[in-house]
This record gives sequence, C-alpha cells and structure tokens, in this order.
Amino acid sequence: MGNFPSVTVEKKSGPLTLDDKTEAIVIDLPGLYSLYPKALDERVVIDILANPQHRDYPDVVVVVADASNLKRNMLLFTQVADLGLPVVLALNMLDVARDKNLQINAVKLAMKLGVAVVRINARVGEGLTNLKSAIVQTLENPVTHRNYYFNPADQFPELIEEVKKNNQLSNNYLALQYVQQHDIFSFFSTEKRVAFDKLIEKYGFMESGFQAAETMHRYAVIDGLVKDSVKTIADFLVKPPWTKRLDAVLLHPFWGYAVFLFVLFIIFQAVFTLATYPMDMIDAGVSSLNDWLNQQLPAGALTNLLTDGLVAGIGGVVIFIPQIAFLFLLVALLEETGYMARVMVIMDKLMRKFGLNGKSVVPLISGVACAVPAIMSARGIGNRKERLLTILVTPLMSCSARLPIFTILIALVVPATSVFGFFTLQGLTLMGLYLLGLISALLSAWAIKGIVKSSETGYFVMEMPTYKVPRWYHVGLAVWDSVKSFVTEAGKIIVAISIILWVLATYGPGDSIARAEETVQKSNPALQGTDFENAVAAYKLENSYAGHFGKFIEPAIAPLGYDWKIGIALLASFAAREVFVGTMSTIYSIGSVADEDNHTIKARMRSEINPKTGQPMYTPALAFSLLIFYVFAMMCMSTIATVYRETHGWKWPIIQLVYMTVLAYGLAFLTYQVLK
Amino acid sequence: MRTIADLKIGELAIIKAFQKVDLSLKLLEMGCLPGVEVMLDFVAPFGDPLGIQVNGYCLAMRREEAATVFVEDSI
Repeated sequence: MGNFPSVTVEKKSGPLTLDDKTEAIVIDLPGLYSLYPKALDERVVIDILANPQHRDYPDVVVVVADASNLKRNMLLFTQVADLGLPVVLALNMLDVARDKNLQINAVKLAMKLGVAVVRINARVGEGLTNLKSAIVQTLENPVTHRNYYFNPADQFPELIEEVKKNNQLSNNYLALQYVQQHDIFSFFSTEKRVAFDKLIEKYGFMESGFQAAETMHRYAVIDGLVKDSVKTIADFLVKPPWTKRLDAVLLHPFWGYAVFLFVLFIIFQAVFTLATYPMDMIDAGVSSLNDWLNQQLPAGALTNLLTDGLVAGIGGVVIFIPQIAFLFLLVALLEETGYMARVMVIMDKLMRKFGLNGKSVVPLISGVACAVPAIMSARGIGNRKERLLTILVTPLMSCSARLPIFTILIALVVPATSVFGFFTLQGLTLMGLYLLGLISALLSAWAIKGIVKSSETGYFVMEMPTYKVPRWYHVGLAVWDSVKSFVTEAGKIIVAISIILWVLATYGPGDSIARAEETVQKSNPALQGTDFENAVAAYKLENSYAGHFGKFIEPAIAPLGYDWKIGIALLASFAAREVFVGTMSTIYSIGSVADEDNHTIKARMRSEINPKTGQPMYTPALAFSLLIFYVFAMMCMSTIATVYRETHGWKWPIIQLVYMTVLAYGLAFLTYQVLK
Repeated sequence: MRTIADLKIGELAIIKAFQKVDLSLKLLEMGCLPGVEVMLDFVAPFGDPLGIQVNGYCLAMRREEAATVFVEDSI
C-alpha cells in the first residue's frame, strides 16, 4: 500500500520468494492516506483488512511510506497497527528526503514503533533484501499485544464492548471500524448493517465527528513518535574548525610524526639544558648549607652524619626536581591542550606490535625524567597486560639520575669533535644511549608479551578533546603531583639509603678507620693540607664496609672491566644512581665537593692506572661497559618500591630486577670484551 | 552487516547493535546508544585507530573495536 505517483488502482497480486523456505503472495493494495476511503477504489483496502475470512487477508502488512512526508504517511500505519495486524514499515523515497535535508533515524523509529522499519528505494529496487528479511522476521514473531495508538473504548466503552460481544471480536479498533464502515463492508448482510444503524442511534455516536477526533488524536501521537526520528542533517556532528584544521596536520601520516618528533626534541632540550640553571643553583645551595653547618656545629660523627649523610642525601633528591618538574610540565601542557590524545592515536598501532598501548607513550616519555611518577601514570592504561608491560619496561628509559654518569663517562672517552656542524660526537653518543634505552624498552616488551597471560582485552576507546588553551591550574596540579610523588616516594627511600650508605662508607671493621690518619701519614709523609685530607678520605673509604664490599664483589665484576673502586660506586648508586659520581669523587681522593665541569674528577680518572695492565684504567671499553651497564641496570630502590605498589606484589618487581640485572650484566660484559 | 569500521570519512550512520557485551558497556557509557548518529571523522596513519564524531564530541577507537558496532546507514 503506497501513496506515490505510481499508485495502484486495483488490487494486484503475485508470488514472491522471501527466503529459502518462505514463499509469499504479495498483494499490492491501492495507495491511500487512511483506512477511511475517499473514493470507491479505496474501499477494497478496509474490506480486506477488516475481514479475517477474506481470502486475501494478509499475514503481514507492509506499509510503504514516503519518507519525505513521514508524518502524513504515518496515519495509515497507526490504523493498520491498531487493527492488530503484523506490520512492517517501509521508508521509501529517501533520496527525496535527503534533498529536503531531512535525516531519518530508522533505528530509533523502529524502537519507538516496535516494528521493523526498512529503508527502500522502490524506484531503483534498493533495500528489497532487507524488506524480505523484515517480513520473514515479522512472520516468525508477530507482535501481538501492542498499545492502541487510538483506543475508541476510551470514549465509547459500552458501544465497543457490545460490538465486540456481538461479533466475537477482540480488537477495539476493529470494532470501531465495524461501526464506522458497516455500510461499506462487502461481507455484511443488510440485516447486520441495519443492526449497526440501531446501535449508533442507541449510543448517540456521531460518525463524522468521531472520525475527525480520531484523525486529530492520531496526528498528535504521531508527532511525538516521529519527533526524535526525523531531523535536519545534524551540524553537531561536525568538528569545530580549529580542531579540524589542527587534526588535519597532527594526524597526518607524515606531518603528524614529524611534529611529534619535533615536540620530543623540544622536551629533551628543555629538560636537559634549561633545567641545568636551577640545578646548579640547588647544587650551590646545598654546598653552602653544608659548609655553614660544618662551621656552626662541632666537628664529629653526628655533624658528618648530618652534612654528608642527611643533607647530602636530601640534596641528591632535590637536585632532580627541576628536571622532573620541567618534563612533567611539558607533558601536562600537551595533555591539557589535547595534543597528547593525538600522539596516543598515531603511536597506538606501532606500540601494539610490542604489546604496549598508544597510551604507553606518556609513561615512556616521562621515564626520561624519573621512572617513579612515570610508572604511576601508567594507571591510565585500561588493559591489564598492556599496563603491566609498560610498567616493566619504563625503567629502561634512561632517567635523569643517569645523566651525570653518562656525562662524565662520555666526557672521559669520547672526543669533543663536532659532527655536521652543530652536533658533537659527545652529544650524539648521549642521544645514542637514550635511543638504546628506548629500543631496549620496546624489544623487552615484545619479548615479555608472549610470557604474560592476558585474560581480557582492554580497550583503546578514548575521547579526543577539542584543542584548547591549557587550564594552568590543572597543569600546575599535574606538575605538583608528579614532583610530590617523586619527593615523597622516591625521596624517602633515597635519603634513607643515602644515610645507610654513608654509614657503610664511613665505618669499617677493626680500627683501620680510626687509625687512618696515622697510616696515611706514615706512607705519604709528604702530603699536606687538602691533599692529605683527600688521601685520608680515600683510605677511610677503602677500609670501610663499603670498601670491603667493593673488594668482595670485584671478582664478579672484573669480567666487565670494573675494579673494587667502581664496585663501591656501584653499591652506592643503588640508592640513587646520581650518587655514583659523588662516590667516585671520594674514591679518587678529590673530596666530595661537587664540581660542575667535573674537571678534577675527570682528570683524576684519566690518570688512573689499571694495576693489572699498566694502562689507563678508563679506556673506552670500560667506559662504555659502564655506560651500557647503567642503561640497563635497575639500580633504583625507589622504582622497585613503586612497581611493588603499582602491581600489588613482589612478583613483578623481582622479575623486573632479575631481567634488568641480567641484561645489564650480560650486555656490559659483551661490550667490555668486544671493545677491549 | 556494516560496522563503524566499514564507514568512509564523512559518512553518517546510526548505531544499531553491539557484537561484544563488555565493549558495548564502555561505549554505552560514552553515549554510543542504539539509535545515535555517528560520523567517521578520521583514520590514523596505518589505518588504525579511527575516530568518530558522536553526540557532539570525537571518540577514538581501534579498528577491531569499531568492527563490533553494527550500524545502519543514515539517509
């Protein structure tokens, strides 16, 4: 039944295959707007639909509606539905609707009407397969109990009841149709018609008036039904202009990555270069504080504990705050502006190859400052396995603490020649080490991902915010949070271990420490002043618990090219890697005064002779062995503690410690053996 | 049956049903209900992830996630 130009004037029928097991007869009824016929030829419709005994009474009615005039076409639909017939609504002429800029939500409409709604384009034969399946579906599950769109029993309950009783009807609307159209029904005898006339008189039923009321009521209902489902093409689906423009670049296959690399470059420049100014200031401040304390307080063990242990330990934590703050400031800025979401999107596919997630970029980048807040930021990754892998490999991203070690060792063995104008060989080596960290992080993740079981798949589903000017308050909060977590989590542990190590380095078995000055004086009577003090310090260190430990592990680390002096430094740097340089300074008898350009320590290390070979100790082989060791070694108690907290157990931190130590030892060994 | 993963950039569609229950919960929470219109906004380099415009904002998801959301053409 349709109401469009190619209207059928009489009933036409033919066979149709609906699917493999269903054959149907399609009866094409004349098009009309409602069940109340306006012309003679329209009578056949109600004649059939009101008479279940009619040989053409349908199992399913397909109401074909002109989508560009949906409301008007729905009137017939509500009537047919009210008759209790199984219906399918076919939306036709959608191209016309589109030209009118209308958008019809067939799914919503179907949900509201409770029937199948199929889109077709009868003119070109589109949608017929869907229509067939909808018909089959409706045949198999005919909807029976539906609320009436218009219930005549609301107004004339007794009339409807009587009609239903007299004619064995169950449907109120059918009963009404009996009343309204009794003169038209071909299956009514004259007596029956007369009987209805009497009923109408009895109840004072006004046929035309009631029909008008019915039509108006139906339209009101239709209004509500159709309101949400027909709209003008939604503009809200389009992105705001600036976001659109920026995304065209930042999600671009080439420019997207180019911009990202550039951003990374800026971050590292800022972190490593700009941060040095506040760092130097902190350094100077700690030194002056120590000097002042040494002046004010009586000399002795407790004072030393305070200055060399506690204050130095705290200083060792505080000095990294500028780098950490800078990096997290930049990362927070990227997140606040909305750019970070784009980074996660362009990196996700690549990250997934290694078992990681696009969201892993934030912890990995942050790990360049400090692994502790970086690992905590992995909380944003929903997938348990991807998050775990991220946590396990983030410490391989060389953190700030390793930088002083890298710097001094590189300066020792790599010449300061320029390459390509503004790069230096030293700078390139440094970059190479960081890259090594990154590559090893990815490869380790790839290697581990086969071992970790994963029950659930996590989701990447993530909102892409529009680009906006950062809310500085939030940026500040983010920086504060990460610095705080670094200071309280990492800091506590670093200070604690610093003090322990200080004790280990200051006290030793027997009385060799107590008699240090004596002993040194005896063997080097010529030494005076600072040189004498430094020599004494070196002797004390050698004979402390730490010194004995260094000698104890020497056989184990000898294949890597290390001696017991380095062994002490390795032990000390377990608290915090940065302690390495300070310890080296002490070992090499230049005192523990921080030296910005490391002139003295460098010179001293350069002149150190290897007792076994008679050659300089710090050969490139040794230096690189150390460098490689520090890239891979998990020498940070704070990180272990953080991983313990984030993974709720000791299993993973221990696995991490083991695999990283194995990597560090193995690769450092290889490096030394190959290069020497 | 077409899914979000089959859409072309700029193409409009209406969410019809979900293939996976657990993922559907996440999407439902983010406003992707049956009957809601979506438009494919971008596809990342290498074809994955992709982004759709829905309910006035942009939502990114992996191609394999998008392939679990059945859609019907809009208009």
